[in-house]
Amino acid sequence: MLRKLFKFHGGVKPQTNKTQSTTAAIAAVPLPDRLVIPLHQAVGGHPRPLVQPGEHVLKGQRIGGADGNLSSAVHASTSGIVRDVAQAVMPHTSGLTTLSVIIEPDGEDRWCELEKVNYRSTPPDELRDFLRDAGVVGLGGAVFPSYAKLKPGKEGKLKTLVINGAECEPFITCDDMLMRERASDMLKGIVAMRYMLQAEEVLIGIEDNKPEAVASVQAAIRASGETGIEAVAIPTRYPAGGAKQLIRVLTGIEVPHGRRSTDFGVQCFNVGTAFSIFEALEHGRPLISRLVTVAGNVTAPRNYDVLIGTPMDHLVRLAGPRPDTDRYIMGGPMMGVRMPGFDVPVVKATNCVLVGSPALFPAPPPEMPCIRCGECAKACPADLAPFEMYWFSRSKNFGKAQEYHLFDCIECGCCSFVCPSHIPLVDYFRFSKSEIWSREREKESSDGARDRFEFKNFRQEREKQEKAEKLAAKAAATREKVATEGAATPAAADGEAAPKPKPSATDAKRALIEAAMEKARQQKAQVAPKNTDHLAPDVEADIAAIDARRNAAPARAADTPDA
Amino acid sequence: MITALLVMTGIALVLGAVLGFASIKFKVEGDPLVEKIDAILPQTQCGQCGFPGCRPYATAIADGEAEINQCPPGGEEGIRKLADLLGREFKPLSEEHGVEKPKSVAVIDEATCIGCTLCIQACPVDAIVGAAKQLHTIVAAECTGCELCLAPCPVDCITMEAITETVDTWKWRYPVVEIKAA
Ligand code: SF4
Ligand code: SF4
Ligand code: SF4
Ligand code: SF4
Repeated sequence: MLRKLFKFHGGVKPQTNKTQSTTAAIAAVPLPDRLVIPLHQAVGGHPRPLVQPGEHVLKGQRIGGADGNLSSAVHASTSGIVRDVAQAVMPHTSGLTTLSVIIEPDGEDRWCELEKVNYRSTPPDELRDFLRDAGVVGLGGAVFPSYAKLKPGKEGKLKTLVINGAECEPFITCDDMLMRERASDMLKGIVAMRYMLQAEEVLIGIEDNKPEAVASVQAAIRASGETGIEAVAIPTRYPAGGAKQLIRVLTGIEVPHGRRSTDFGVQCFNVGTAFSIFEALEHGRPLISRLVTVAGNVTAPRNYDVLIGTPMDHLVRLAGPRPDTDRYIMGGPMMGVRMPGFDVPVVKATNCVLVGSPALFPAPPPEMPCIRCGECAKACPADLAPFEMYWFSRSKNFGKAQEYHLFDCIECGCCSFVCPSHIPLVDYFRFSKSEIWSREREKESSDGARDRFEFKNFRQEREKQEKAEKLAAKAAATREKVATEGAATPAAADGEAAPKPKPSATDAKRALIEAAMEKARQQKAQVAPKNTDHLAPDVEADIAAIDARRNAAPARAADTPDA
Repeated sequence: MITALLVMTGIALVLGAVLGFASIKFKVEGDPLVEKIDAILPQTQCGQCGFPGCRPYATAIADGEAEINQCPPGGEEGIRKLADLLGREFKPLSEEHGVEKPKSVAVIDEATCIGCTLCIQACPVDAIVGAAKQLHTIVAAECTGCELCLAPCPVDCITMEAITETVDTWKWRYPVVEIKAA
């Protein structure tokens, strides 16, 4: 049975360099001396730390709890002592630090108590919470929390579940090896996902340069007896592994700019994610390790099953780096990003550590002006006009760049790859995108500031008015009182020759003022600020300290001549 | 004759009502130019421009009573945007109004604060929380860095701290590549 396949726009055919790392089986990695596990490894909120320095943790114990409505938990990858919960350099181009848990392994590698679930008898919401707390995220590189994607759409079911085993990026073979060696477990994960999404059919897309993987998955499907799941070999063309591109190839659906595939009844997951869902459901094991390809400038490129938090240099040492190594790249040569150092940890997003050297990846030739040849637009798999976006990004005209659908760019690098002028187009697009995001953040905060400023002014205005009204009312009352008393006095002194109402009015006024002052004094004595009543002892202590400081303050102010 | 008069009066009344209704319904809120200028200003509300807040400054610019280069927090980019919007010439930031500084937030040293509420009254954007005789704290996310709370504090316990970059706010740099002459 041959399935009709479709073509996506553009794409390129770089040298794949994949055979080098698929000759040997997946290998284990000896425990390193130290694991550095960043708490923020996935898209969404920063997990909060759940352990203290000095605490003993077991393998699989939760060390970072999911926070916010999109977030994913983080776990200890082995048993040992928490040495520190501190800022550490993260595997990110910026070289910035992030809150990480640093664990010194005790060598026992002892699991904590694991709890598994039966996905068929668990309500969907609980199942999603379980996967969130198991830290399962997309392992294709986007690290989007999987539980958030495991929701059937509005209709309560999905048409097609696409499983991404295309692995189009050169050098990377971790998905290939996973499908070769762990196909039946991965398939169980897929079956669970199909159940959660109520998907009608499942299509596993694999590039046809991985015949062993295709055969292995097909054999697993046959052995399991499942129906409605098909492994499809698709033509090798970068970036066939982009979600929208793979969906196009397998189903013919072209997801338009600014829309999501779920709007068309299709959802896409990586094969590695399917495997880790199996691990979580079947064994209760959270996501604490992943397959990582070590390739490039090493003597023995290979795939390893690596604990999250393992320093990259510890891993690369096993593959025999050549002496002229000058950089590590996380990911492949097309989309990968350069690491700020050699000892940054492997995280959930690390599908490959590409070891680089000046000979392997020479510096790009100097950029030349764009000749508007249109090659980039022909190669762009997202059907964009990269030269236009480049022009506007370069001149920092971000609004215009956005009009050309900048945010549909998947940063695949096809345009830079084909550009005869060697323009690093993707660098410009990344620059533009982050500028636009930062502007949006600024705009949000300045809008908030404006609202609060206007509200403060309004409040002050209102208070002023209320005060004025109160005063006016009081003055009116006083005047009335004075008038009645003033009228009474002349009536009483009627017999006298020339009664002077004025002084008596003044007297009455003075009496009134005195009465008011007396009243104010009494009030002041009675009313202490309300916020100092009924307080907790520590707040009382705080207030006592503040009072002491306040009493000391005038003396200090007197010391300083200009105060 | 009478019917003609009645018809005309009727039409006049109806049209008048329509016009009256339209003037209420489609009333332009505020001055649109002031809105546009205000949208460019950073809303720090610091008063360095010589006006009590961003909006008064926006009004003054719209009325032609102020130059466009008086807002230090907006910096050069802000001036450029104002120049674009108003079709005026770009000019560098006027020195008498201050210099552009890195964005900062105020921090209260809680061990020194005497709970006097003076800073709360000074803060234009309600970014300080606290009550009389209790410790005050600045809500960093809402502080615009205007520095107006520094001077009123009798014990000088407020300091400005520059905002450091985090992974969430990090930006890709503008690509620096040598350009070969064509
Ligand atoms: S490929 Fe390069 S030179 Fe050609 S249009 Fe695109 S950016 Fe310009
Ligand atoms: S990097 Fe972006 S613009 Fe360039 S080819 Fe890929 S999707 Fe198109
Ligand atoms: S100087 Fe301060 S108050 Fe004036 S416009 Fe700029 S931010 Fe607003
Ligand atoms: S806390 Fe201080 S610096 Fe921050 S906005 Fe308020 S007054 Fe300005």
